[in-house]
Amino acid sequence: MTAWLVRRSLQAAVTFAVAVVFVFILVRLTPGDPLQRLTDDRPMSPEATAQLRARFGLDEPLAAQLGAFTSGLVRGDLGVSIEHYPERVTSLLARRLPATLLLGATVLLLNFTLGVWLGVLQARRRGTAIDRWLTRASLAGYAMPSFWLGIVLVAFLSLRWRLFPAAQMTDPLLPHDAGTLTRALDVLRHLALPALTLSITTIAVTMRHQRAALLSVLRLDFMRAAAARGFSERRVLWAHGWRLTLVPMLTLFGLWLPLLVSGSVFVETVFNWPGLGSLAAGAIAARDYPVLVGASVLVIGTVIASGALVDLSYRLADPRVRAT
Amino acid sequence: MIGSYGALVLRAWHRPSGRAGVLALAVLSLAALLLPPALPDPAAMPDVLAGALPPSSESWFGTDHLNRDIFSRVMHGGRISLAIAGLAVLLSATLGALVGVVSAWVGGWVDVILMRLVDGALAIPRLFILLLLLVVWEQIPLGALILALGTTGWFATSRLVRAEVLRLREEDFVRAARGLGAGGWRTIVRHLLPNAAGPLLVAATLAVGDVILLEAGLAFLGLGVQPPTPSWGGMVLEARPLILSAPWTALFPGGAILATVLAVNLVGEALQAALDPRSA
Repeated sequence: MTAWLVRRSLQAAVTFAVAVVFVFILVRLTPGDPLQRLTDDRPMSPEATAQLRARFGLDEPLAAQLGAFTSGLVRGDLGVSIEHYPERVTSLLARRLPATLLLGATVLLLNFTLGVWLGVLQARRRGTAIDRWLTRASLAGYAMPSFWLGIVLVAFLSLRWRLFPAAQMTDPLLPHDAGTLTRALDVLRHLALPALTLSITTIAVTMRHQRAALLSVLRLDFMRAAAARGFSERRVLWAHGWRLTLVPMLTLFGLWLPLLVSGSVFVETVFNWPGLGSLAAGAIAARDYPVLVGASVLVIGTVIASGALVDLSYRLADPRVRAT
Repeated sequence: MIGSYGALVLRAWHRPSGRAGVLALAVLSLAALLLPPALPDPAAMPDVLAGALPPSSESWFGTDHLNRDIFSRVMHGGRISLAIAGLAVLLSATLGALVGVVSAWVGGWVDVILMRLVDGALAIPRLFILLLLLVVWEQIPLGALILALGTTGWFATSRLVRAEVLRLREEDFVRAARGLGAGGWRTIVRHLLPNAAGPLLVAATLAVGDVILLEAGLAFLGLGVQPPTPSWGGMVLEARPLILSAPWTALFPGGAILATVLAVNLVGEALQAALDPRSA
């Protein structure tokens, strides 16, 4: 186990290093100078431009820039934002992280309750009309651009019918002495539409995974044996069958994270949700590439770490994997 | 081999959702391909002061805030969207097959290094790769957009092809071909690739839907097809402030994305089910 942990951590570290070098190369691969782009409607003196270039390290050779970037990364320093100058990228990211985590956790909860239940229903009713229509409905959700669905939901559910707030995470008119419960309910109301949008566009992944996992279990002889022993249908399904799908469902976390991260860029933009996604989208308009690089490094770290954690829990949960 | 592809496609066709997908996709792409020359100029503003007009017999999908015909813009945008998606997926499927075959066939250090690089690339969500790649460009040319989408979509495909080749390499018929003196290149082209083509076809079909969504998303963020060229994502972006006063400006381009991606994914699902009936 220890040997495996060491090997897996090393592998994660190598992957992270490769990905970070990719990120650095990607920004420099394209023609165009980030500072030029920012200042082209405000003519600057050559001296001022040179000063700015020196501040962001753009006047050094590429190798030196990569060196400075990695040594900063090791010290936990991701540089300075261009748009929010002189704020540090790390403090910007830290400020925006909680909102994204709240949104992500809510979508996770929705997908892993409703999505699992629907997937189980589909597997149980395999081949029937309900199975087919659930597949089609979930595929339709998956085919919707999340930014468009968000706009449509805002138009009807918040602007026309006034059921939910259209944007932001809190009501700016909330009295200052509002209790914790009032505040929590306020956040919850703001959370509803972004979470719904992101969930509709991703729940298909959970459903089809759960359906396939349960179908392969339902085929096994011991399911028939359990039914023959006279257990209730519900007990056979959930206690015998579904329990076995928990381990295969673990792999879903690996698939789910990049999907959520990409989706949150659009959903947070549409709903003005103060998280990492809207920060990244805002950085595009301002050509604030240090923020974009910082956000990417954070996302990459999370993806790799969660992949390693999934592998670890796989090994802990399944003795057959441990034996290899 | 050809016979079994025919059988695969036929089996996919026999699934109702597969047939619906194929038909919808055929109608959509034929319309996007053939109609634009007969339609009004997508940039023309016949009566700019009239602004957004609701759908009528004159303009089926209505007009946008600049009085441009939305039906024409959706069709012109579809042409570009489908062309970008088709070319990008062709490029990424080719790259994925190439890297996968080389990695599996050569093996050793080449395999280790290639797969480590692919691991690293797979750890960056594709949207972020594209954002990083496109953010500092002044004006993104169409060719660069296709190249960017095509070169960022092959990482998972290369793993898939590599796994297929590793599995097939030990099969008797491949050993037999080798034993009969077939060279490496001939074995790859005549025996390995045709047998790995099924999963590759499924992955490529589903990838078309992903690329259409990504391209629309990039346009929505201002990084895709540049105005005044019409694009579905860009039309939704422009329609955002009008969603209550003129909902048709957003509903039609968004609906076009939804219909196209759904059709492509239905075809992909049907192919997948035809390839592996146990999953259905």
